[in-house]
Amino acid sequence: MKRYGKYIKPYLSAFILGPMLMIVEVLGEIVLPKLMAGIINVGTVNGNIPYILRTGGLMILTAIIMALGGIGGAYFATKASINFAADIRRDAFKKVQTFSFVNIDKFSTGSLVTRLTNDVTQVQNLVSMALRMMLRAPGMLIGAVIMAFAMNRRLALVIVVVVPILILLIIIVMNIAFPRFQALQAKIDKLNSTIRESLQNVRVIKSFVRDDFEEKKFEEANKDLKDTGMRAFKVMITTWPLMGFMMNFTTLAVVWFGGKQIIVGEMMVGDLTAFITYVTQILFSLLMVSMVILQSSRAFASAKRINEILDCEVDIVDTDAASPEKTVDTGSVKFENVSFRYYKESGEKVLDNINFDIASGETVGVIGSTGSGKTTLVSLIPRLYDTDEGKVYVDGVDVRDYSLKNLRDGVSVVLQKNVLFSGSIEENLLWGDESASHEDIVEVAKLAQADGFVTSFEEGYERDLGQGGVNVSGGQKQRLCIARAMLKKPKILILDDSTSAVDTATEAEIRKNLKAYCPETTKIIIAQRISSVIEADKIVVLDDGVVVGLGTHEELMSSCEAYQEIYYSQMDKEDAK
Amino acid sequence: MNEVTKARLEAKYAKKREEYLKSHGNDGPRRGPASGGFKGKPKNAKGSIKRLFSYMKADTPKLIIVGFLVVINAGCSLAGSYVLRPVINIMASGNGTIKTLLNGIIAMAAIYGAGVIAQYMQSRIMITVSQNALFKFRNDLNKKISKLPLKYYDSNNHGDIMSRFTNDVDAVGDMLNNTIVSIISGVITLIGTIALMLYTNVWLTLVTFASAPLMVFVAQLIGKKSRKYYKEQQAALGALNGYVEETISGQKVVKVFNHEDLANDEFEFLNEQLKGKQLFAQFIGGIMGPVMGNLSQVAYSLTAMIGGVLCVARGFDVGGLTIFVNYSRQFSRPINELSMQVTSIFSALAGAERVFDVMDTEPEAEDNEDAVEIENLRGDVVLDHVTFGYTEGQTVLKDVSLYAKPGQKIALVGSTGAGKTTITNLITRFYDIDSGSVMIDGVDIRNIKRDFLRKNIAMVLQDTHLFSGTVRENIRYGRLDATDEEVIEAAKLASAHSFIMRLENGYDTVLDGDGSNLSQGQRQLLNIARAAVSKAPILILDEATSSVDTRTEKHIEHGMDRLMKDRTTLVIAHRLSTVRNANAIIVLEHGQVIERGSHEELLEMKGRYYELYTGKKELD
Repeated sequence: MKRYGKYIKPYLSAFILGPMLMIVEVLGEIVLPKLMAGIINVGTVNGNIPYILRTGGLMILTAIIMALGGIGGAYFATKASINFAADIRRDAFKKVQTFSFVNIDKFSTGSLVTRLTNDVTQVQNLVSMALRMMLRAPGMLIGAVIMAFAMNRRLALVIVVVVPILILLIIIVMNIAFPRFQALQAKIDKLNSTIRESLQNVRVIKSFVRDDFEEKKFEEANKDLKDTGMRAFKVMITTWPLMGFMMNFTTLAVVWFGGKQIIVGEMMVGDLTAFITYVTQILFSLLMVSMVILQSSRAFASAKRINEILDCEVDIVDTDAASPEKTVDTGSVKFENVSFRYYKESGEKVLDNINFDIASGETVGVIGSTGSGKTTLVSLIPRLYDTDEGKVYVDGVDVRDYSLKNLRDGVSVVLQKNVLFSGSIEENLLWGDESASHEDIVEVAKLAQADGFVTSFEEGYERDLGQGGVNVSGGQKQRLCIARAMLKKPKILILDDSTSAVDTATEAEIRKNLKAYCPETTKIIIAQRISSVIEADKIVVLDDGVVVGLGTHEELMSSCEAYQEIYYSQMDKEDAK
Repeated sequence: MNEVTKARLEAKYAKKREEYLKSHGNDGPRRGPASGGFKGKPKNAKGSIKRLFSYMKADTPKLIIVGFLVVINAGCSLAGSYVLRPVINIMASGNGTIKTLLNGIIAMAAIYGAGVIAQYMQSRIMITVSQNALFKFRNDLNKKISKLPLKYYDSNNHGDIMSRFTNDVDAVGDMLNNTIVSIISGVITLIGTIALMLYTNVWLTLVTFASAPLMVFVAQLIGKKSRKYYKEQQAALGALNGYVEETISGQKVVKVFNHEDLANDEFEFLNEQLKGKQLFAQFIGGIMGPVMGNLSQVAYSLTAMIGGVLCVARGFDVGGLTIFVNYSRQFSRPINELSMQVTSIFSALAGAERVFDVMDTEPEAEDNEDAVEIENLRGDVVLDHVTFGYTEGQTVLKDVSLYAKPGQKIALVGSTGAGKTTITNLITRFYDIDSGSVMIDGVDIRNIKRDFLRKNIAMVLQDTHLFSGTVRENIRYGRLDATDEEVIEAAKLASAHSFIMRLENGYDTVLDGDGSNLSQGQRQLLNIARAAVSKAPILILDEATSSVDTRTEKHIEHGMDRLMKDRTTLVIAHRLSTVRNANAIIVLEHGQVIERGSHEELLEMKGRYYELYTGKKELD
């Protein structure tokens, strides 16, 4: 909870003024019964009408001041909580922006989104509630106790006895209820994820006729939720009558002891009414506090989830970079004894002792079966992941010595699972270079064989792509992604299986353009089809994280068994002979 | 953030805001936590209430008891303070004795005691009733949803369906838990208070009443303003959430393009916008409480003043005054509470209606009465002059006829939208055809029991769907009674065994919902294993190996061959090399079969297949 001080500090005045103004309301609530007692004791008993009118007027004035206090309190509490939440949201989002791929993989996308939206709202609601209630209960308690003692010392002892019992009772109830409400929240989350999953997998469920199985799964989760809910609610429904009992019992005690004092003439009737009012107010405020605490279980769970983001250790940073000013100039790459694991604890290596060089301007193909480590291998160049052993050099400098910005400016990757964003085609391509002119954009689009279909759209480059780029086909999307990456004018361009949905003729055209227009750019192409890499200067063949072949197509055809195997799996047996 | 960026963002989001406000014309705020949305007014309140109550019908006796208990409880709290009157009067008169005091105390204790017991029992019973009803409600919704045709899932946003399970059901739950009791108790307290006030002193009652119209007016004024700002707030929130969702979904691309700072800028802009709107909306919403509360304090003060004067001038009793001012303070409470309940009833009923909408959606048609199960199904599939469209007037398949003899492998080839997947949707009866017929073993599938039909067709889809659970559970999904040996056997067949053994806990490795700890290709292999474990005689492979590389594909070819052996297989593949050995290849274009034949025959024909195969023509 310590970290939240940072978010409170800039709005400290609002954080203080909110509860303080709420106290004005509380003070009024303490003063009013006292004035009322005056009307009864002095006014009615002595028949003093001017006094009654004066006091009445004072009461109305007090009520108006209370209203102003309440409104002011609401304003500052709102201001404080909104700013507080906005800052947390901003920092959480910023933090996510610094996340490495490992971090992003750890949280799923859906969970990150929920944390940044719903969870922050939950915390915001709690803060706003807490600010309104925080000083109310203690303020009421202290004020009422003081008034009670001032009016009648002996009777005030009743309050002194009852309040600790009540606080103890609330603490006990909270201790029972809080974990139960947290459990309830967990069950709600579980039910929701069950629903989400069966929505996503509906085709599978239906085709395997598993409706009954899924229904049973849901019913179990539902039953679980109901039982957990009952356990939580049972505490609540016992608490209310219990508190009611305490309240009534105290009232009776006040009437009994107060009544006895009145009979012997030690106390006035009006004071008795004021006393009863105080007792009720104290109990109510305590009850409100306990309600706020109970409802906060959800917000605490949310705060925990936000903390996980803020506390997440980003494993790829450039604070220790030796030459942060250096930029990528030529685009040569060197892998030196590189090994990598996804699960650091389990021994399985995804890449094992990789060594090879790529000269600047070369075209390199990477080929190998699913899970052989192709994507991982190229991800090490722009430092999307860090090696576990060995080093990756770009321009002869360890990639860890560049600033991340300079390194990634020089290395452009077209990811396998690529996305476009809502906005026009032009806006999307601008991601590659914010300052590019329309002509630049058309040029790269032509190179990536995208200009043709873009201009066939009625709106041309202004066509809106829709969320996630749903308004273009898979092959079109891939070509736009390539154009976007080319606009960056990188020194190293990595295409990770990024033409799988493009037909072979178009693909060949794109390769030709790359060669002709970016001769100095180092091009690394991961491909499924051998035809995509057949003309490369160098082909890296990966198998189970090990380089099993390195050379040109001809060299590999004569020396590398794995490569031949891939080749024959794709070529007509006739043609191969 | 520079001015240019800001201006650009302002222009971009101004349009979105307009659209939102236009499309959410009937929205208003929902009391309580600001996270939930208010879903507009219910259309058929009476019907929905009736239907909701039907969930508690079995508990009618309990509900009646609850009603009684609520009356007792409310009555007790009213009576309790009334008994105070004579006690105080006697005290004030100076004639009080311990005995009269004791009598008063005993009477009050009895009344209070009864009230507390009634309250406990009432909430105890009510919570059981409401939780049971909610349980049934959720189960019903789920059961109903699982019976809906695929069309429903394809044409409705999943987020929207989710929100019916969460927000809407929650709103109904709130209502069942609190509202019913609150309303009964509020009405009784209100009537009782008014009656007792009138009985105690008519003039003072009129004073209290005089303040009521003012309170209603103020409440309406604040409510109206608050609705307006609330809508603005929701629009800003929607824009922000949308941005977060899209950016985080594409987070890896953001990183690769060094776009973090720009993303931060845009987020900051939206965050500031939201802040501005929220401040107004929540402040206005937040002052409702203090304003109304303190207005009733004013009424209380006024009553005290005039009551005091009445005591002196007209001989009104002190005890009466004491309890009257208490009543006047209480007077506003049930009104506030009832007005709050009205909002929550509206949102619960609107939620209930959205849920009932789902429940009333036409489910998959019941099996025909004479629907059969075919013994020893051989897997002879025939489509005979089939015409079909997802929406009326838009035919996707036009007069398609094709057949697959038992054990044959038939490939469907064609560009996106040619109708390949549609054909598989029809064979599994995910959708029903408009005209023509689909037959299996010579029986029209509309005359085969649907569950039986689907159990005999195993599918591997392009989208790799896995469930959270262990690897073993995921494979066994294909056939729940498969033994561990059969599961491993299937995994071996799909070439998944070796990578599974390399996972942290082998077959007992827990996969999270979206299976993010596996590569796309590995997930696909699990899908194949899942189909392998089922013993269905018909197999549909819809781009099943599209995310497996050719070499692995070659490796699993043997397994796939064994999988397809003795099964009728329909293959849809983008990669034409994988369908060469099919018994027949069917080329579809614009919903029509344009070529049919073996690989060699089709090459010979030098038609569309030839063009596609030689790369002269682009698929997609």
